[in-house]
Amino acid sequence: MLELLDIHKSYEGQPLLTGISFTVAAGETVCLLGASGSGKSTLLRIIAGLEMPEQGQVCWDGEDLASLPVHRRNFGLVFQDYALFPHLTVAGNVAFGLKMQNLPQAEINARVADSLEQVNLASFASRRVTDLSGGEQQRVALARALAPGPRLLMFDEPLGALDRTLKEELLDELRRILHAAGVPAIYVTHDQEEASAVADRLLLLHTGRIVRDGTPAEVWRAPGSAWAARFLGLGNIVEGVVTLNVGRLNVKIQAGVFGLDCGHAHQVGEKVNLLLRPSGVSIAADGNLRGRVADVLFQKSYYRVTLENGLVFHLPEAPQVGARIRLRVPVSAVECLA
Amino acid sequence: MNESANERVSESANQRPGNPPNRSSADSPNRRIVDSLIRLAPWLGVSAFLGVFFFYPIARILALSLDLSALTADNFALTFSVLRFTFYQAFLSTLLTLALGLPAAFLFARFDFRGKAFLRTLTAIPFMLPTVVVAAGFNAWLGPRGWLNLALMRLFGLESPPVIFVGTLGAILLAHVFYNTTIVVRMAGNALAHLDPRLDQAARSLGADPPRLFWRVTLPLLRPSLLAAALLVFLFDFTSFGVVLLLGGSRFATLEVETYLQAVRFFNLPLAAWLSLIQLLCTLVFSILYSRLVPRAAASAPRPAVSNLRRARAWSQRLFVSSFCVLLFAFYFLPLASLPFRSVARLEADLGQRGQIHYGLTANYYTELFVNRTGSLFYVPPVRALGNSLGYAALTVILSLALGFPAAAALARPRRLERILDPFLMLPLGASAVTLGLGFIVSFGRMLASPWMVPLAHTLIALPFVIRSLQPALASIPDRLRQAAGSLGASPVRAWFAVDWPIVRRATLAAAVFAFTVSLGEFGATALVSRPEYPTLPVAIYRFLSQPGGLNYGQAMAMATVLMLVCGAGILLIEKLRFPGAGEF
Repeated sequence: MLELLDIHKSYEGQPLLTGISFTVAAGETVCLLGASGSGKSTLLRIIAGLEMPEQGQVCWDGEDLASLPVHRRNFGLVFQDYALFPHLTVAGNVAFGLKMQNLPQAEINARVADSLEQVNLASFASRRVTDLSGGEQQRVALARALAPGPRLLMFDEPLGALDRTLKEELLDELRRILHAAGVPAIYVTHDQEEASAVADRLLLLHTGRIVRDGTPAEVWRAPGSAWAARFLGLGNIVEGVVTLNVGRLNVKIQAGVFGLDCGHAHQVGEKVNLLLRPSGVSIAADGNLRGRVADVLFQKSYYRVTLENGLVFHLPEAPQVGARIRLRVPVSAVECLA
Repeated sequence: MNESANERVSESANQRPGNPPNRSSADSPNRRIVDSLIRLAPWLGVSAFLGVFFFYPIARILALSLDLSALTADNFALTFSVLRFTFYQAFLSTLLTLALGLPAAFLFARFDFRGKAFLRTLTAIPFMLPTVVVAAGFNAWLGPRGWLNLALMRLFGLESPPVIFVGTLGAILLAHVFYNTTIVVRMAGNALAHLDPRLDQAARSLGADPPRLFWRVTLPLLRPSLLAAALLVFLFDFTSFGVVLLLGGSRFATLEVETYLQAVRFFNLPLAAWLSLIQLLCTLVFSILYSRLVPRAAASAPRPAVSNLRRARAWSQRLFVSSFCVLLFAFYFLPLASLPFRSVARLEADLGQRGQIHYGLTANYYTELFVNRTGSLFYVPPVRALGNSLGYAALTVILSLALGFPAAAALARPRRLERILDPFLMLPLGASAVTLGLGFIVSFGRMLASPWMVPLAHTLIALPFVIRSLQPALASIPDRLRQAAGSLGASPVRAWFAVDWPIVRRATLAAAVFAFTVSLGEFGATALVSRPEYPTLPVAIYRFLSQPGGLNYGQAMAMATVLMLVCGAGILLIEKLRFPGAGEF
């Protein structure tokens, strides 16, 4: 089990990571999700041993790894730009880690074949890596990282350079391989769709801290902060004032008044951030939100309606541009972000 | 007229890449013949020139050496020993160059430090300097009348110079290292800087400890670049002429020096031709090997996503960076600086001076250049050599631009004809300057009295460089720009001046300056071709350096200083004007 304890790291005098602690359990795939510059790659490099934290510990099964150099940690790494050895063949790349373990050649051959089989590249063994497509190169990189039987796999934006279709295909494959191998994994990305597709657990990284920790479903349901909701693209984020608190909260924003359930203790008159999810909303004469239609965009299964006050909703029918409408926003579509 | 037709041809080629030329009904057979003739036009001048002044002389050398009259047992033994020494000194020079160049490459590729750009430029300057300047620089620093010996003699009251440098193998090797280290720094350094640090991280995460990381990843990735750099250095050391002759003397005869001695001193042209032929063959083999290595060196250098540069942190790194900076600075600065200071310093008895020696600053060596002394080496004041050199250089610029510009323009839009002709244009690069000079002697012996031969030889040497520096600039201009100018109402000629010329202007100037400096500093071919009454600056420097006497020595220093300053200014100007991608190795 990997355990991080209060990791601190600064970059050019600016704090980058401030007190990161989390664990990765056996067989678990944890996704570090954050904007670029959030320090998520640095965190990965600290775990790998490529960089040292200024404070805090990286432990494996309770043992501090500080004195263990990179090449003895047995943590596999997969990079965005693959980092395949251009002077070796596909098989040579995959065999590299096994050779470092001084295994007998017969075993190396067998395990290289197995690993290539796992990533569906069995027939590619003798190819030059420079002749492969991006997707193929990334599979070789995965096979190379898997072959020596690492106790932890780490992915640094592994699919960032690939196009969307290929990404989805590889994500499915990756999830299958990770579950089959049962290796714990840390997956770093800035793409929330990628993260939700691959992760058992999500860690949202922002301003050097983990701001949210949960399964993808939990995080999507309750992002916990305005930043997280905005970063995950969950919908409209508006500021409102609490007007009533009787177990249920009433919050007034410029465009209307909403009732919502909220676990926090709020004072009347306090300012809060609300998430208004775009879906689940309908046009109704007695709706609790007013607005004038600025733009309507057809999106296959709904119309994306933008109001002049900037709010965006997904509606089943298209209102006239310029029309004043009222929308019913149900309690389930509103979330208090504290 | 020509231009517009040319454009139409190239447009149709560009619009349909890979397709055969447009065969619509408008293109009658006549029309196509006219087009072909127009396309051949730019090649007429340059082909005639290369035919007469390169291919014909080379053929004459071949014919002369194949007559086999030179193949006596003595000559065979001589050839063998010369060849052995040539390989020996080139091998040693290459090893030493790598010994200095690899750490220097590491220094520049991995570390950031103050004065880095300056130090880098300093190490690159000698590569472009004339050989006589470098030889004179080392002479001014370590020679019998150099700073070091004079200082030691004065300090310890010695009668004769304690450090013997000129006339030793060490001098040749040191000068070669001085010249070629920049190649290793550039090529190996580039490869090192372009090594993807993630490869190294990937290898470490896969369990590679530092030694295995080096042997299994770093070295295999660098190997093609290292081999290419070493081979190029070897090629330059193998064909080096000026520094071997000036610093080693005729005792250390390489193929080049022996060819020169046989041709000029003993007038044994068949033997000189035979030596030249061996030289050509060796160069050819090395060039083929090199051209096979270069694509591999380029292929193995993917761009890294992250910079490898860092500041030295650990004390061992700081020690390496600072001590190596000092070493490189001293190695490059001392010979270069010794020369100008020596040219204005009176440190020994002047001509006709007995007893009391006046130490101090003097402009005497410069003013003496204007005096035609009786018993001087020439019938004219030495300053005439400067005049000759400038005149030859100007002619070289005019000739090489006049021949190179049309060829470069045609090469910028290559079709089959251009692809076939291209390598032929570069062939003169493969022949050494001494071989070119010898070719002139065996082909045009009687005409050598004509001072025209020198600028023609210089043009031959400068032409490939001129073409290669113009071509990328000319090729960079998209046809669409010219079409846009045309659609806005510019005639082809006006479009050329409005669109092409502003883009090509800088590259043309750079090529001109390049041809100028090449001509000014050229020594190998000039040493064979020039007439005693029309010496160039490098030839004059050589003659003055090989004469006894403080005044001769001082005058050589003065002339070498002038040459260094003019060429140095030229090098800086070229760097400022250089078109990206032009003039690389």
